[in-house]
Amino acid sequence: MPDLSGFEGQLALGLWMTVRLALSSLVIGLVLGLAGAAAMSAPVAPLRWIAHAYTTIIRGIPELLVVLLIYFGASVALMKLAAPFGYTGYIELSPFIAGSVALGLTFGGYASEVFRGAFQAVPPGQAEAAVALGMSRTHIFFRITLPQAWRLALPGLGNLFLVLMKDTALVSVIGLEELMRKTQFAVGATKEPFTFYLAAALIYLGLTIVSMGLLAWMEKRANRGLGRATAS
Amino acid sequence: MEAEADAASAGAADAVLAVEDIHKHFGRIEVLRGISLTAHTGDVIAILGSSGSGKSTFLRCLNFLETPTAGRIHLHGEEIRTRADRAGALRPTSHRQLTRLRARVGMVFQQFNLWPHMTVLANLVEAPRRVRGMPRAEAVEKAEALLEKVGLADRRHYYPAHLSGGQQQRAAIARTLAMDPELILFDEPTSALDPELVGEVLTVMESLAAEGRTMLIVTHEMAFARDVSTRTLFLHDGRVEEEGPPDDLFSNPRSERLRKFLSRLLT
Repeated sequence: MPDLSGFEGQLALGLWMTVRLALSSLVIGLVLGLAGAAAMSAPVAPLRWIAHAYTTIIRGIPELLVVLLIYFGASVALMKLAAPFGYTGYIELSPFIAGSVALGLTFGGYASEVFRGAFQAVPPGQAEAAVALGMSRTHIFFRITLPQAWRLALPGLGNLFLVLMKDTALVSVIGLEELMRKTQFAVGATKEPFTFYLAAALIYLGLTIVSMGLLAWMEKRANRGLGRATAS
Repeated sequence: MEAEADAASAGAADAVLAVEDIHKHFGRIEVLRGISLTAHTGDVIAILGSSGSGKSTFLRCLNFLETPTAGRIHLHGEEIRTRADRAGALRPTSHRQLTRLRARVGMVFQQFNLWPHMTVLANLVEAPRRVRGMPRAEAVEKAEALLEKVGLADRRHYYPAHLSGGQQQRAAIARTLAMDPELILFDEPTSALDPELVGEVLTVMESLAAEGRTMLIVTHEMAFARDVSTRTLFLHDGRVEEEGPPDDLFSNPRSERLRKFLSRLLT
């Protein structure tokens, strides 16, 4: 165990923030991804254009810039909105919210494509059987189509989540005290960059390994009943 | 308006299903050129025809899995309300009505279409619970009785992928029966099965016919159509070419086309 000069607690706080940031970005990203996939195959043309513009923009801009644009852009927008109500002070968006939105937008842009492919791969007969039984569109979506698309989307989404977890480090540039920023504090105070960067690297690696384990478990669960017959 | 529709089908008022002059276009191609059909309680109507004759499309129009271009469909005297859209095709006016009527018409598919992420029992319980709001215990009890009936009681906790094709199709029939359909549509129910598995599915269907259920069966199983159906339709090129009791059709086909069709299949 390397000597962390009493910064263990700080790194642990940073790790906790990183995990929270990753999870809240994931939730936003999944919702945006589903909405994006739905819009891409919508019968209304403008919805399709919006969805394609969204995924093109997100995939065409470095994540770091998305984080900065959301953080500073949202502040400007909020101040413009507040001005008519007589408030002229500086409004700052919390780095946690800005970071979650930025990473969620990124995740959602890529996830739209993953979901779209997954929904297309569910055979139409699956929904037809439900339609013929008189099930409502909502039930068909949540009980029949989504669970099957989810199974197909899971490997792709898992990959995106692993990328997302490391992208959380980008949010340190707007001052969120997650693992990367805490590490930089420790480096500044101790002048031992290698020790702390190595410690941070190991923590990110650990997070990735835990996530991969969880994902493998989820995939196994989602594939229940689809593998070979077992002697049960 | 509904009174008018009812008057128009007065002769078919006691019919389970009354279909008037169904047309269907796919683009410029007219697949159905005016098909009418009346089914009374206990009728088992076999629909024959070579591939491309429109028989599957016709069946799928009856519960609006395909939207017919023109025509009327009544279920127990209630017409499926439609209006013409800008392109001149029919659109169901009330999605709510359509969903309600669909719940009363069962359908069995060539590819079974069991839901692979649910066990056999869950497949059977799903629609009665979600559509009819049946309490879980009651739905399970009913599902188990139906699985017993189709010979799958010991497979209720299996997933579809772990069943043979014949077992999957019997489970799919049980899933349809769980909704107590007034009419069951069979869309080539044995065409995707290995030959040695066809018999077990036909046996189940035969027992349903013997119970007096009303059934429309698109099939290539000629012996089954002859022995089990009460009436047989021969479709050719989107029209009813010949229609009547199975014995007449099979023994004395009047049209040249049916004669050719039968000689190709029965030799």
